Amino acid sequence: MANVHSWLIDDSPASRLQARLGRLYRICGALSRNPLAAIGAIIIMVLILTAIFAPLIATHDPLKQDLAQRLLPPGGINWMGTDELGRDIWSRVVYGARITLVIVVLVAVLAAPAGLIIGAISGYFGGWIDRILMGVTDIFLSMPKLILALALVAALGPGIENAIIAIAITSWPGYARIARAETLTFKNAEFISAIRLQGASSLRVILGHVLPLCTSSMIVRVTLDMAGIILTAAGLGFIGLGAQPPLPEWGAMIARGRSFILDQWWVATMPGFAIIIVSLGFCFLGDGLRDVLDPKSGEQR
Amino acid sequence: MGHPVCQKGKALDLAFESETLADIAAKPVRRRSFRKSRGARLLLGLAGFIISVLITFLGLLAITFFIGRVVPIDPVLAVVGDRAPRAVYEAARIQMGLDQPASIQFIHYVGSVLSGDLGTSVSTGKLVLDDLKRVFPATLEMATLGIIIGVLLGVPMGVYAASRRGSLVDQAIRVIGLLGYAVPAFWLGLVGLAVFYARLKWVAGPGRLDIFYDGLVDPVTGIVLIDSLLAGETEIFFNALWHLALPASVLGFFSLAYIARMTRSFMLDQLSQEYVTTARVKGVPERLVIWRHAFRPILVPLITVIGLSYAGLLEGSVMIETIFSWPGIGNYLTVALLNADMSAVLGATLVIGAVFIGINKISDVLYRVLDPRAR
Repeated sequence: MANVHSWLIDDSPASRLQARLGRLYRICGALSRNPLAAIGAIIIMVLILTAIFAPLIATHDPLKQDLAQRLLPPGGINWMGTDELGRDIWSRVVYGARITLVIVVLVAVLAAPAGLIIGAISGYFGGWIDRILMGVTDIFLSMPKLILALALVAALGPGIENAIIAIAITSWPGYARIARAETLTFKNAEFISAIRLQGASSLRVILGHVLPLCTSSMIVRVTLDMAGIILTAAGLGFIGLGAQPPLPEWGAMIARGRSFILDQWWVATMPGFAIIIVSLGFCFLGDGLRDVLDPKSGEQR
Repeated sequence: MGHPVCQKGKALDLAFESETLADIAAKPVRRRSFRKSRGARLLLGLAGFIISVLITFLGLLAITFFIGRVVPIDPVLAVVGDRAPRAVYEAARIQMGLDQPASIQFIHYVGSVLSGDLGTSVSTGKLVLDDLKRVFPATLEMATLGIIIGVLLGVPMGVYAASRRGSLVDQAIRVIGLLGYAVPAFWLGLVGLAVFYARLKWVAGPGRLDIFYDGLVDPVTGIVLIDSLLAGETEIFFNALWHLALPASVLGFFSLAYIARMTRSFMLDQLSQEYVTTARVKGVPERLVIWRHAFRPILVPLITVIGLSYAGLLEGSVMIETIFSWPGIGNYLTVALLNADMSAVLGATLVIGAVFIGINKISDVLYRVLDPRAR
């Protein structure tokens, strides 16, 4: 164990793998010393595990209706009560973790690389390419995100795939801005000049040397944005434009509980707690990651 | 004078020689060599600003135009019906200008929007512009009360948290700030209704007024609080306030969270400055140090934050208006969305987008005018 530890924190790593694992190890160590970040990381781990092992954790079939058991208050058998069709809310919340995770991951996978590449190209080449790309980015940045996503989904048609596309379209500009700013800080550094003098093409410089350096600030920003993405997705589901019934999406579940909020409060409130906990988890983790990976940006947000 | 290409090549080589360091980053790229008077610079800045505003609005129009064209519903079919003969269909298509290239269509679109033609809503059967004029004041009323609550509570909370950094109150305010990012607005609205309306009966339920007051006041401004005062109906005024209390507080919570967070961060920044230490060493009472020395400089960035927050509230009202049956633009948009009423959706998107951009740009200008360093 001590051996592994000293191998990981070795100051002169012998291989790339060792250097990367060592960096990861240090980041994890720094995170675990920050209580809020640790709580956030635990929440996200629980979310991932819940999504993977949903059939084992759920006590009921999330889609099985039982009208004899409708609108039961939280109790021994139905931990969070049942909804208007007699479905167990706890099981639906558990399965909802899968939908939330899929939305969050897909938006990150679609929007972050797009923003990263646009920002890096913009910052690396400068000139009129920069002006045009950043002009478009600024226009998107000054739009109200939620309204834009709503209008996009209305045009594309309701559904979880279109909700993901709409959210991704509204969230790339922030990443493009960051990637550009990062690129500008080291675009004229000596190591970039050295690579260029060796005859590397612009594509190679951007992909191999500029993008990897942008990733840490990108990871921080994506993590901090996750809460917003979850809220937007839940909002689309609540309005009825996101995940369609009978999918147990948290926002859509709150919408179903709306009519019962005055007497059967648990139908609408329980999924809301899930949203809040997961969003807070991402906020905490993002704050912690920023302190570790990107200390210079400090308390900006 | 050699061959231009050779010259260029030489310049490139020279550039490579000196490029080893970050000089190029420091080199001003587009600094004009001649000196300009202050007035000329101001004018140029103003022109640049107006152009950037115009481009942003054009971008908004391009986006709504694009969204309108992505719609899977064929607009021609919607007019002529799907049993129309080919000739009628083609005639309608040409009459609607849909045979033109996209660029021409876009110019027509911009022209019609500028002349106030946003189309007709399928669900209400009225002109979208008239609908929007009717519903917008309700949203404005709610969001304005929300931002007032947010500023009145958020700023003192942020200042207090910064002055007692690390204390229990500071931690609590930080958590509230984070909750602003984590709580869904529509959920908070529902819980608010369940607790403060159904259980405690502190506030009125959904709607703008009790039913028996409805239609008693002439809509002069469309803002009930002002209209009822103009008509001298204090009873209606208090009823409207009672109805507004909950939705405005829900919105206020989100702006409070954001404003408190930013105020705290700005204040911490100021309190760590040396002039604050000097003031303390001189023996200035702590209360004066905070409010007279540290708070003054953050007023300018705070204006930007408040502007952003206000614009955000207009957007956030979309989510909670349905819950409170609030007859505002958010409710209008939601109904239109569910009926696939695209003219109404795009019209509402345009108006919210334009107001959003407008507020952002205004706070940007205020920042530049008020902060001597940004001039």
